[in-house]
Amino acid sequence: MTKKAAFDRVLEARSNDKIKIKTLVNEIADNFIELHGDRAYGDDSAVYAGIGSLNGQPVTIIGIRKGDDEVSDADVHFGSAEPDGYHKALRLMKQAEKFNRPVITLINTPGAYPDVEAEYHGQGYLISQLILQGMQLKVPYISVIVGEGGSGGALALAVGDCVWAFENSIYSILSPEGYATILWKDSSRAREAADVMKLTPEDLIKQGIIDKIIPEVRTSAEIKQFKAQLFDKMEELRAMPEQEMLQKRFTRYRGF
Amino acid sequence: MINNDGKPSPQELQKRMDDIPDVWLKCPICGHAIYKKHINEYRTCPECHYGFRLGAKARIEMLCDDFKPLNLEVKAADKFDDPKYLEKLNKARQVTGLNEGVLSGIGSINGHKAAIGVMDWRFIMGSLGTATGEIIARLFEKATELNLPVILFTASGGARMQEGIESLMQMAKVSETVAKHSQAGLLYISYLCDPTTGGVTASFAMQGDLIFSEPHSLIGFAGRRVIERTIQQNPPKDFQRAETLLKHGFLDAIIKREDMKATLSKVLSLHEGGDQND
Repeated sequence: MTKKAAFDRVLEARSNDKIKIKTLVNEIADNFIELHGDRAYGDDSAVYAGIGSLNGQPVTIIGIRKGDDEVSDADVHFGSAEPDGYHKALRLMKQAEKFNRPVITLINTPGAYPDVEAEYHGQGYLISQLILQGMQLKVPYISVIVGEGGSGGALALAVGDCVWAFENSIYSILSPEGYATILWKDSSRAREAADVMKLTPEDLIKQGIIDKIIPEVRTSAEIKQFKAQLFDKMEELRAMPEQEMLQKRFTRYRGF
Repeated sequence: MINNDGKPSPQELQKRMDDIPDVWLKCPICGHAIYKKHINEYRTCPECHYGFRLGAKARIEMLCDDFKPLNLEVKAADKFDDPKYLEKLNKARQVTGLNEGVLSGIGSINGHKAAIGVMDWRFIMGSLGTATGEIIARLFEKATELNLPVILFTASGGARMQEGIESLMQMAKVSETVAKHSQAGLLYISYLCDPTTGGVTASFAMQGDLIFSEPHSLIGFAGRRVIERTIQQNPPKDFQRAETLLKHGFLDAIIKREDMKATLSKVLSLHEGGDQND
């Protein structure tokens, strides 16, 4: 991998050329069926989720997506989930646990959607529950940051047994623009902010925030490679006694 | 200095103005002015019951019969060496008398023992740094070890930006210890004080078995300015006040500060096996 400026990585993570979550899900999983609704309030299309099989093994896949051939960027607030999206994710995680299916999350979000309705419907509460209950899921749970991993809205789906990140992805406490605004009162210093924020996969793996960097996927052959890595990890976790898996997961997060 | 015309000079006037002691306290919610000497011992507004923000030590004194602090020595790692951040840390330590933004320990409330943590909003806006997270995590672990309930008073602007992604990870770290405490069947009371926002709301603040707050406390995830800037929406005045959250189903109760001690001791006794303990 060549050395790139951190902000160039930010732009690549946000790029329109980035593989779509929907494409990725449907290439990874056979017989994928999208499942809708949070059974309480609504259905947020920013959360693309359902069941399928990975080399014959049933899995639940939950993604946060930006606009694609099915939904517009405006429909999904450029990949910002609303409380009903997070609630749907939580519902499907608990369902996966019931049927002993591993969970895979694929994340591409600048952050949870900030608006008044989201506040009224418990944006903070739902993220808190995805962290708390997700971490305790009794099935293998693999999280992958595909593009942007923005703040609490990304962390909500990134408390698995392992967290992987694509080569051109970022994971941070807030956007470089937001960071520059808050700390330096100058959003135009985003490029500089990206440098100090340590948000690239190379920086994140050094700090143990992520466990593995996945080469960017574009072609079917490259996606197959990624799928093989997912399958191997899933099998490794499935072979582990439940208590051991949970203990390792807990230790991972306690260490920060 | 008095001018020839017998009137004080502008400098003299300014000096006299500066010498007037700051004697009034204005309620930020209803605007009621309170003569500072007359503020009640709970530091609440007599008109609207808003509780003025308290430092961690003041809250503990108001609540506990006795209190043994834990982990007072824990502080931010040396690797965080940005001079501006260090300056903020130093200032916060002076103001609060604490190494970090949370005071934790084992205390008793009307004889009921509990592990108690209080975040101090004066410490870089109660932001969640790695050391803050560590102290809270250890409090839950100590409580699990001693079979005690946890009462955590939150007051925070959210993540501590100066510590970057590691600050975000504190949300997961504390949640891990909340999970183990909960798996042991122990009670966690989350007490949301003014203000509780951002990553603290999106993690342990909203993970309590019981979630209480005080009148008019600000509680939210996304900040008002973030909402205004990002989606050009003007939120209503009260959209993140405790009363609004109660109406939308996210709080168990709003408790006047005057009733805090009695309410908590009642709740603790109900989790100690019932009437015989009361």
